[in-house]
Amino acid sequence: MKSDIKIKVCMGTGGIAAGGADVMNAFNKELKEAGIDASVEKFCSMHKVGCRGLCAKDVLVDVIINGKKTIYQYTKPDMVSKIVNEHLIRGEPVAEWTAGEDYYNFHEKQTKVVLSDCGNIDPEDIDAYIAVGGYEALKKVLTSLTPEKTIAIIKKSGLRGRGGAGFPTGLKWEICRKVVSSGDSPRQESDQKYIICNADEGDPGAFMDRAVIEGNPHSVIEGMIIGAYAIGATKGYVYIRAEYPLAVERLRKALTQAREKKLLGKNILNAELNFDIKVKLGAGAFVCGEETALIVSIEGQRGMPRAKPPFPVHSGLWGKPTVINNVETLANIPYIVRNGADWFASFGTEKSKGTKVFALTGKVKNTGLIEVPMGISLKEIIYDIGGGIAKGKAFKAVQTGGPSGGCIPAELIDINVDYESLAKAGSIVGSGGMVVLDETDCMVSIAKFFLEFTQAESCGKCVPCRVGTKRLLEILNRITAGKGKEGDIELLEDLGNDIKASSLCGLGQTAPNPILSTLRYFRHEYEAHIKDLKCPAGVCKELIEYSILEEFCKGCGACMRVCPSGAIIGEKKKLHKISSAACIKCGACFDVCKFDAVKKG
Amino acid sequence: MLEVSPEIEKTLDGILNKHISYEGNVISLLQDIQDAFGYIPEKTVDWFSKKLDIPESRFFGVITFYAQFHLKPRGKNLITACCGTACHVKGSDRLISALFRELNIPEGENTTKDGQFTVEKVACVGACSIAPVIIINKKVYGEMNISKLLKHIKLKHEK
Repeated sequence: MKSDIKIKVCMGTGGIAAGGADVMNAFNKELKEAGIDASVEKFCSMHKVGCRGLCAKDVLVDVIINGKKTIYQYTKPDMVSKIVNEHLIRGEPVAEWTAGEDYYNFHEKQTKVVLSDCGNIDPEDIDAYIAVGGYEALKKVLTSLTPEKTIAIIKKSGLRGRGGAGFPTGLKWEICRKVVSSGDSPRQESDQKYIICNADEGDPGAFMDRAVIEGNPHSVIEGMIIGAYAIGATKGYVYIRAEYPLAVERLRKALTQAREKKLLGKNILNAELNFDIKVKLGAGAFVCGEETALIVSIEGQRGMPRAKPPFPVHSGLWGKPTVINNVETLANIPYIVRNGADWFASFGTEKSKGTKVFALTGKVKNTGLIEVPMGISLKEIIYDIGGGIAKGKAFKAVQTGGPSGGCIPAELIDINVDYESLAKAGSIVGSGGMVVLDETDCMVSIAKFFLEFTQAESCGKCVPCRVGTKRLLEILNRITAGKGKEGDIELLEDLGNDIKASSLCGLGQTAPNPILSTLRYFRHEYEAHIKDLKCPAGVCKELIEYSILEEFCKGCGACMRVCPSGAIIGEKKKLHKISSAACIKCGACFDVCKFDAVKKG
Repeated sequence: MLEVSPEIEKTLDGILNKHISYEGNVISLLQDIQDAFGYIPEKTVDWFSKKLDIPESRFFGVITFYAQFHLKPRGKNLITACCGTACHVKGSDRLISALFRELNIPEGENTTKDGQFTVEKVACVGACSIAPVIIINKKVYGEMNISKLLKHIKLKHEK
């Protein structure tokens, strides 16, 4: 009997960076040499798949023989020949390279909706998506549901916008559906409406949208078509970051394939629906994630937000009613329509339904992309899924929501992760970035990092954000440089609250959050910087000194060779010394020392 | 400074035709110019401004607003350093300052004197699980450290 062999190689951005393409080439070469290609041609297939989450163990390769799946981790091209010879030909998996307990623990507490097909199907092949039930939801909607009934399903599911603000998606669609003409716009004669997919994922530390588009672009497209039908739009845009070249390429391929199958264009699936999607590349401005700024950016102008109302559902792109949904929100739609509102609502908490995708990064062992039911505890995410803190360090805090969010300290580890609970703790769910921090991270420096970002990205239209964030950053700069003054903490709080209250758009209204939340839980670190001129975590350059510990130094000279300022002296195999006058505190010696002999503090 | 020669005019005409037939806008037009030249030469803005009857100020307003656009030529090799949160907590700032030092890039600039390398910082490339990340000529490298990075740079230099 001939075996049915499938080989799936992770080819998301993470997989490719770890050498996914080389692994695929190696498989192709080995298979050819082993003759499998010729003898069982029909039964052995190679598939590239998107991100399956655990990027830390890339390149991940699935070998499926007659339905039995074996997962290989950290695969390198030179391992392929052994896998082909022992596993594919002789049927004995190479046990030493297969994924261990970690891999299964990582997945055990996850619930996959949006990511259910990500990492399983070839994202560049529409038939792969159709084979797992893709575009069934669209068929169901077009043949048996009115737009109103479609909206009712989404409303009942309780789906809320996954971009950050958490506005109920069904309600947004309903409002737009009911708008007859754009009353606030002088150009109200036609009843043109638009649906826009916001893929301008600008939060540093977040990559959920990139992974979804790279791993399963058709789910987003299907969601958009259903949305267009529900609100009555005939044109759609995907506004996507130019920094995501692979996602852009796969999205464009998917759109072409969808057009070929008559899933886009005139009379979609022979129904009375005309709809097509254009791709617009963002040009690198974080503020364009704000919906009114995104709209003027699509129109080709400087992406500056405007006051709301009117909201885009009334007056959006070119003054027409427009719905803007985030990538993950749209990718949920086909699964909700296919499986029913009650199925989706069975996940999550009372007010936060369904699942949420998070980018779990920073100092955890298992970094990667995860999808969990809303309301799961932070502890489960960090310890069960993330495998705990890397390198045996102590857990300090989790930063959620990027530059608009805040830090949740270790003592609140039992908190439930949903919109309401995180807001109460002074942070937000946001788009889903989750950066884990350990004892070596300075909270003042983290706040400064985000302020540097928001200050640079402030569009400059309104004064509180333009001038206010600059002043906040100046204060943080002097605190981290050891020049903080009595009263600086109070000034940060005062000014931060003023900026929140008076800024024009979400960027300014949330920019002080990283400061305010770290002040709430880590005030003592600010005080240590100002009063004791100490950075307790040993991060802030001006407040630390490097020295060499006598008992650990082996005199190998590694630090001396990397020191750019010649500040380290010492003979071979004897204790080395750092001259603090010449030291520029670049940290190169600290990074290079294999014996932990360089001390920071 | 770049002069609009007949050959360059041909390129610009191509961009203009695409712009008209695809109903583009100032941003997509500038993206096409940058794709063709690697940066946005001022003379090309002048050319399009006259052809399309759009004031130059609108072009420059957009160019200076978005981080993607560059008014100066960039080096032969482009090194993009990610400054996202995950990269930051894993030491990207030390990596970047070492990179500037090793490449001997003058203060306030981002390109080496010989025009071989340009170093650019970006907010986040979304490969946070393999932080810190450096992109060299569009190829993504994860879990970078300075010695690995210098090896890659040396290889590029020899080419």
